[in-house]
Amino acid sequence: MIDLSGFRDAEIARGLIDRLNVVATKPVKFMEVCGTHTVSIAKHGLREIMPDTLTLLSGPGCPVCVTSNADIDTAIEFAKQPGVIVTTFGDMMKVPGSYSSMSQEKAAGGDIRIVYSPLDALNIAEKNPDNKVVFIGVGFETTAPIIASTIEQAQRRGLDNFLIYSAHKTVPEALRVLVNDPDVQIGGFILPGHVSTIIGLEPYRFLAEEYGVPSVITGFEPVDVLQGIWMLAEQVADGRAEVEIAYKRGVMAEGNPTAIALIEKIFEPCDAEWRGIGVIPGTGLKIREEYGAHDAMRVIPVTPPPPKETKGCQCGEVLRGVILPYECKLFAKGCTPEHAIGPCMVSSEGSCAAYYRYTDHGRS
Amino acid sequence: MCLAIPARITKLEESQMAEVDILGVSRHVSLAMVPEAKLDDYALIHAGFAIQVVDEAYALETLEILKSVDGLLAAEAELLEGEAS
Ligand code: SF4
Repeated sequence: MIDLSGFRDAEIARGLIDRLNVVATKPVKFMEVCGTHTVSIAKHGLREIMPDTLTLLSGPGCPVCVTSNADIDTAIEFAKQPGVIVTTFGDMMKVPGSYSSMSQEKAAGGDIRIVYSPLDALNIAEKNPDNKVVFIGVGFETTAPIIASTIEQAQRRGLDNFLIYSAHKTVPEALRVLVNDPDVQIGGFILPGHVSTIIGLEPYRFLAEEYGVPSVITGFEPVDVLQGIWMLAEQVADGRAEVEIAYKRGVMAEGNPTAIALIEKIFEPCDAEWRGIGVIPGTGLKIREEYGAHDAMRVIPVTPPPPKETKGCQCGEVLRGVILPYECKLFAKGCTPEHAIGPCMVSSEGSCAAYYRYTDHGRS
Repeated sequence: MCLAIPARITKLEESQMAEVDILGVSRHVSLAMVPEAKLDDYALIHAGFAIQVVDEAYALETLEILKSVDGLLAAEAELLEGEAS
């Protein structure tokens, strides 16, 4: 058995924190752009043990949270069509759209099923040849090649009733928007581990070269996260800006070329709307015309009612790192995981949920 | 949502599928994205697909480097003291 217990070793963690205290002399803000990092940092109390000079912000790294109301409304609209079975990852179910959520629609009789993998959705399509099966494709580069591979399989197996609604997003260009945001001023990026497993190091190069922002691809155990932060602090102290990998056991510099090729084969870039950030050119993935037979929007062109935003929810500011979750007026008052107003509290990887579960903020 | 969990490949199957052991639970996953994967390799699993073969050597090497951070720190402290005096 591969032994990774060292990545939770308190002794090593303490060594890294001591080291951080020595190097982090300048005030600087680092942003983690992955929901799994947000959870790891909150769960292990890493924010509380940082040197005073070092502020950790959470960014737009939870795919569920950045999915726009319009996308959720569209998913719901598919479920209202006769003979359509909607399939989705479980974390999307409770996310409120403009008027309803998938779990409310399911309770009202919609055929919406949770799957662990798009391959499960493909099997549902095979077993229900008279229905159309729409899989709601949400996620970053980690998930997009999986969907691409499943579309390829659907075509090979002649399962024309298997459709994808592609609401995928790609990460690097969103980071450009964040670096350019005068409200935030990010001094370093804790880059997502498993997005980078797929895309590698190259797509982030502009952060260091054009903007002089240090960036470190980081893993998810507490020691991984501390190592990533330490490497960022070292870059700041040395006046360097590079893209480095602190998660070599999971990320190759070139990423996963097979997966990259799959994304490019099935999808082409398009504009995408990010909740709280707006439309970012080129960060969406649209199914190419050759695979249009599996594109839900082409086969069942639905038109949901015009989207509207939830009053009072500040997920947008939270996702851009402008405010911390507990600075939202509704945090822990009108908005809790049981009665969530916004997706950042619904999703287990949302910043609001992570702060609510693992810190005392707003609950005294 | 982008979480991927390391699992050991316990059986290679038809059409690029494999049986893996994820923390004692056995699952069928696709190897379409890691054509180089072999029996007994560890791979990161996300939503029913292996997305990368985990390099154990790298994992251990990283830990060794991190373990020596304490040593590095002591060396640096000495240096700083040297400068101050
Ligand atoms: S606490 Fe609730 S209402 Fe406030 S930003 Fe977070 S999810 Fe939105």
